Amino acid sequence: MKSSASNNTVSTKLDLTKDFNYKNSRYLKDVITRYLMTAGGIGVIIAIVLIAVYLVWIVIPLFLPAHTAKLASFEIPDKGPDVSLFYAVEEQREIAMRVLDTGTIVFFKTSDGEVINTENLLSQNRANVTSFAAGNSSGRLLGFGMSDGTVELRYHQYNISYPDDIRIISPQVFNPFDGDSIVVDESGASIVKLAVQGNEEQTTIAALTENSQLILVNLNIETNFLTDERTINKVVTTIPVQYGVRHIIMDVDQTELYFTDIENVLHYYNIRNKQSPILVQSLSVVEDEIDITAMEFLSGGISVLIGDNLGRIAQWFPVRDENNDYSLKKIRIFDSQISPIRQIVPEYFRKGFLALDESGKLGIYHATAHRTIKVQDLNAGHDGMIAIAPRANGLVVENSDSVVDVWELENEHPEVSWSSLWGKVWYESRDGPEYIWQSSSASNIFEPKFSLTPLAFGTLKASLYAMLFAIPLSIMGAIYTAYFMSAGLRNIVKPSIEIMAALPTVILGFLAGLWFAPIVEAYLPAMFLIFLVVPIAIIAAAYLWQFLPEKIKHRVPQGFEGLILLPVIILATTAVFLLSQPIEVWLFGGNLPLWLTQELGISFDQRNSFVVGIAIGFAVIPTIFSISEDAIFGVPKHLTTGSLALGATPWQTMAKVILLTASPGIFSAVMIGLGRAVGETMIVVMATGNTAIMDINIFEGFRALSANIAVEMPESELGSTHYRILFLAGLVLFMATFFFNTIAEVVRQKLRVKYSSL
Amino acid sequence: MTTRNIKHWFDSGTPYIWLNAGAVTISVLLVMGLLFLIAYRGLSHFWPSEIAEFQLTEADSNTITVIGEMVEYETVQRSRLPEGDIRIPESEELVSRTLIKMGNRDYFGLDFMWVVDLAVRDIKYPNDLMAVERHEWGNLYGYLVSVKQNGEELGDKASNLWVLFQEQIIASQDVHNEIEHVEKDLIGDINYKMERLRLKQRSLERSGITADSAQLRETTEQQRLLDEEYNSYSSQLGNLYERLNQFSFVTRLSDGREVELPLAQVVRAYQPNNMNIAEDIIHYLMKLWEFVSDEPREANTEGGIYPAIFGTVIMVLIMAVMVTPFGVVAAVYLHEYAKQGPLVRTIRIAVNNLAGVPSVVYGVFGLGFFVYFVGGNIDALFFSDSLPSPTFGTPGLLWASLTLAILTVPVVIVSTEEGLSRVPRAIREGSLALGATKAETLFRTVLPMTASAMITGLILAIARAAGEVAPLMLVGVVKLAPSLPLDGNFPYVHLERKFMHLGFHIYDVGFQSPNVEAARPLVYATALLLVLLIIILNLAAIRIRNKLREKYRASEQH
Repeated sequence: MKSSASNNTVSTKLDLTKDFNYKNSRYLKDVITRYLMTAGGIGVIIAIVLIAVYLVWIVIPLFLPAHTAKLASFEIPDKGPDVSLFYAVEEQREIAMRVLDTGTIVFFKTSDGEVINTENLLSQNRANVTSFAAGNSSGRLLGFGMSDGTVELRYHQYNISYPDDIRIISPQVFNPFDGDSIVVDESGASIVKLAVQGNEEQTTIAALTENSQLILVNLNIETNFLTDERTINKVVTTIPVQYGVRHIIMDVDQTELYFTDIENVLHYYNIRNKQSPILVQSLSVVEDEIDITAMEFLSGGISVLIGDNLGRIAQWFPVRDENNDYSLKKIRIFDSQISPIRQIVPEYFRKGFLALDESGKLGIYHATAHRTIKVQDLNAGHDGMIAIAPRANGLVVENSDSVVDVWELENEHPEVSWSSLWGKVWYESRDGPEYIWQSSSASNIFEPKFSLTPLAFGTLKASLYAMLFAIPLSIMGAIYTAYFMSAGLRNIVKPSIEIMAALPTVILGFLAGLWFAPIVEAYLPAMFLIFLVVPIAIIAAAYLWQFLPEKIKHRVPQGFEGLILLPVIILATTAVFLLSQPIEVWLFGGNLPLWLTQELGISFDQRNSFVVGIAIGFAVIPTIFSISEDAIFGVPKHLTTGSLALGATPWQTMAKVILLTASPGIFSAVMIGLGRAVGETMIVVMATGNTAIMDINIFEGFRALSANIAVEMPESELGSTHYRILFLAGLVLFMATFFFNTIAEVVRQKLRVKYSSL
Repeated sequence: MTTRNIKHWFDSGTPYIWLNAGAVTISVLLVMGLLFLIAYRGLSHFWPSEIAEFQLTEADSNTITVIGEMVEYETVQRSRLPEGDIRIPESEELVSRTLIKMGNRDYFGLDFMWVVDLAVRDIKYPNDLMAVERHEWGNLYGYLVSVKQNGEELGDKASNLWVLFQEQIIASQDVHNEIEHVEKDLIGDINYKMERLRLKQRSLERSGITADSAQLRETTEQQRLLDEEYNSYSSQLGNLYERLNQFSFVTRLSDGREVELPLAQVVRAYQPNNMNIAEDIIHYLMKLWEFVSDEPREANTEGGIYPAIFGTVIMVLIMAVMVTPFGVVAAVYLHEYAKQGPLVRTIRIAVNNLAGVPSVVYGVFGLGFFVYFVGGNIDALFFSDSLPSPTFGTPGLLWASLTLAILTVPVVIVSTEEGLSRVPRAIREGSLALGATKAETLFRTVLPMTASAMITGLILAIARAAGEVAPLMLVGVVKLAPSLPLDGNFPYVHLERKFMHLGFHIYDVGFQSPNVEAARPLVYATALLLVLLIIILNLAAIRIRNKLREKYRASEQH
């Protein structure tokens, strides 16, 4: 006995420790599970939230200001008594060039100012340099007006080689005319003002001589394709000048010449025909008592930037009027500096520019965006000089105290501003301010047009027409299904409409674009008639129904009106379609779309907003139907029975009691439907022409935000402004739908509380 | 029937009820009509339609012969037709016309032709008219004249000609298949191995191993072996092509021309006017099978859509594998572990709303984050040998699946949470009262009871993912993938490859293809397949959900 008792205690003890261990491991598992689930759950939720964060992250750089930093500062290369005429930087920002008034060209490193190469053109020409002009920045042409009436032309170029995998850039200067200088003034009068432009086919020089003659010289190079022999045709003409010339510029295509005189009048010449330059316009571009202090082309050679002594810069370009005549228009003014503008430097490829004023301050601007990106004090003194790197990522500044500073410039997305994204912008070569989306073009002097307004308009237009179609059908359907329809029928009807919510929209888009759009065009009168005839047919059928013999009426139980209407609707629709073509022949000469265009001026596209509206409407009907049906069905029964008991007809109960109670639910259904319509992509891509026009006309297409993303995203360059703007479009869609859905959800939750309290 | 009567009738609201009823009827009609349209157009395409021979009066009153299938029939206003057609009398305002598929695109330039019925002089259906499906240039319609081997006519009796032709087609089909096997499987294999070898060599070189090292010599030796193997295959190919190109056939077209075509071009030939109903059905089933099991031909406008089906399925499967655990864990956390309060409520609303965010936004996110950011970094870390050509830093299967997983995870979360909230309190409390820990309650009782809710969520997620196209256009779908993402080459599943997809196929063939009219029936068939897939998945989800509800109603009552 004793032993067995002790045995018992031992075994209990053993059990306890075992139990303890077992319990321990169970609790451990419990704790581990808790942590795993918490970590996993929070992880997933963070991952989902990441979407919004990431979109914002990509979009933010669009709105960051430019960043400038001084990289190096050194004594001016080849320092001497001579004055600098010009600076330029090569593409890699490693080497810069200084042009001196002695005709010396000095290439130096931007890191420390070490001189790499020096060339002097005076070794060939004994005259002095009396004027200087640089051609279009990416053309790299330099022109020197000489005291003997000739012009020396030079190209500076940079050869890149990779010995031992190290990049070596060797700068060079060469004369495009085989060592010759160009004689501009036969009498040998010195050249005091100069403008040059050149390319492989022709070179044009506009030069003002000391006896106030403005001479235009065109050198047309013809290469015989058999012998490779070059012949140069020289054309010399004179342009009359009355009040001298202060600034003179020529566009990159050598077709336009602008100069200002001492009265601050701007003269605009068309020099397309070099034999007979045409004066297009002379006009005063600044107010009285104000002086023009700088003039330069924006890249592309269309806009002229005019800086004055108040620190303002105005953008002008020729605008075509109804008679196809061009006249200069002041497009916009940049008014961020106060000292007189000394120098305007356009960017090489974008529509941005820099302006240096006499207080040594630099303004960084973008023309299209009408944006002052930054005003930076360079401490350049009152007679500094600047040059921008070709990729707009650097700056070389000569100070008045003979020091050269090299600045880093980080200005990735200057073309974006609130006004360029959403406002009307007057783009180059357009008749007036417009909303345009045109993100790319074949030409590289192209001005990107990033207005999101037409895209947002397209999205709203699609949603509007979709909702016009979907809301009546789905809500009326929901009312009937939830309240009047027999339960058996409801169990079939509701799921069969709901299942359409899952129908891939690519199929709807395909049908809309390839099947429905041609039908709309062929049977346009039917499309109008059907919205009139079908409701009338339904009411007529209902009216006639009450006169049917009771016997037949009793065969059909209550809640089956829909079934009775099935043949009525089919017949009415068929009739409308059969009548469509005869009506069209009878009233509209057989072609209603053409009639609309010719008689009413309403243009008609085959893939239009009407087609899209129906297709998207079709896609959102199940959503709106399902949610509003739930809301109506959920109205507590005692409300309806109470109303009926007080003598209201079923319809009165519906309109005055049920709809009022369920209206928040219906509202949230519409919101969710709207969210879906706004974001719909494939239907819009496939069933519209995707042209970004802003017109409410139901028979024209549009381009929606979502479709624009789907079409352009695969081709946009990673990190470019275009890429980020497409992300911005995505973010706009995200926020819009999130907003609609949140409203809907909040309303729905409130309704749930209300129902349970009723 | 006085106006007062009518006013009274309107006041009672009856007409409004009928109007509402009409709205339901219209909605249902739209839904059913759409499904019927897709089904009819999609299924009828494979039926061998008769080929007719038309005698037509042309506008210049010449008579021409046109052979083809009748595709469409319509009535059109005269004013919409080109003016000055003398065949249409002034009095006729409405004209009926027929769309004829003439085939023979390589000879006539046009595939289709509208024929005004008034111009038709005569229609015949000759029994010996044949339709030839070809690897290139679409269908050919005409009369068989002779079959040739090396330019010599085969067979002599006209009655045997058709049989002979069929035999030769089958024989050259075999050769064709063999060529395909050698080209795609065997040589494709070698190319794959060579590419891997090249990368290996490159990484060896980059790691500083000199040319005479053992490893490098080994790879050079392997390279030599592969080259040898390649040469043997290509000579084999040469022989096969020679065998294939011996045979040709001569056919007479509608304009009387006799043309000789290589037999190698023929996929199949049939005489639809000479076929009985059984042969029609066999032909139909064969075409249907070809459609789901074959590769596309002619810029996707002919042949099958097998790669698209395969791509859709495998993408959805990978997505399902990723979305289920994460969705379930998030739901369990939200419902069982998180402290219920305003924060969790906000999160729940947010998750709910994410299901409504446009799918193209997910595509944008997927492209920026997965492809460029994650993929780019993976490339820089693990696949630097093949840079600058990207491996994962470009749209592909993995990124498409991941993007869709993020897109559908709210669906799984919402559905699982709903399932969790339906588990009766009594069951949980019972389990806890018996001494089970929370984890044990969760794994042994709650989660098993929620299983069907999870499956519902998963099915809904799959149904949504299978139909999405917009995000896929950005993250990995292509119109024609050179190889399937699953094959016999290590590592068998190629997550970085681009793939084809049913939905994108519809978009691409319907809107980007050079010959939309010819491709249209195939698009309908593809659409039908996709709709069926999605409806079946949804019906399954609904059934499971209903069963689930029944089950809990029962357990609550006990």
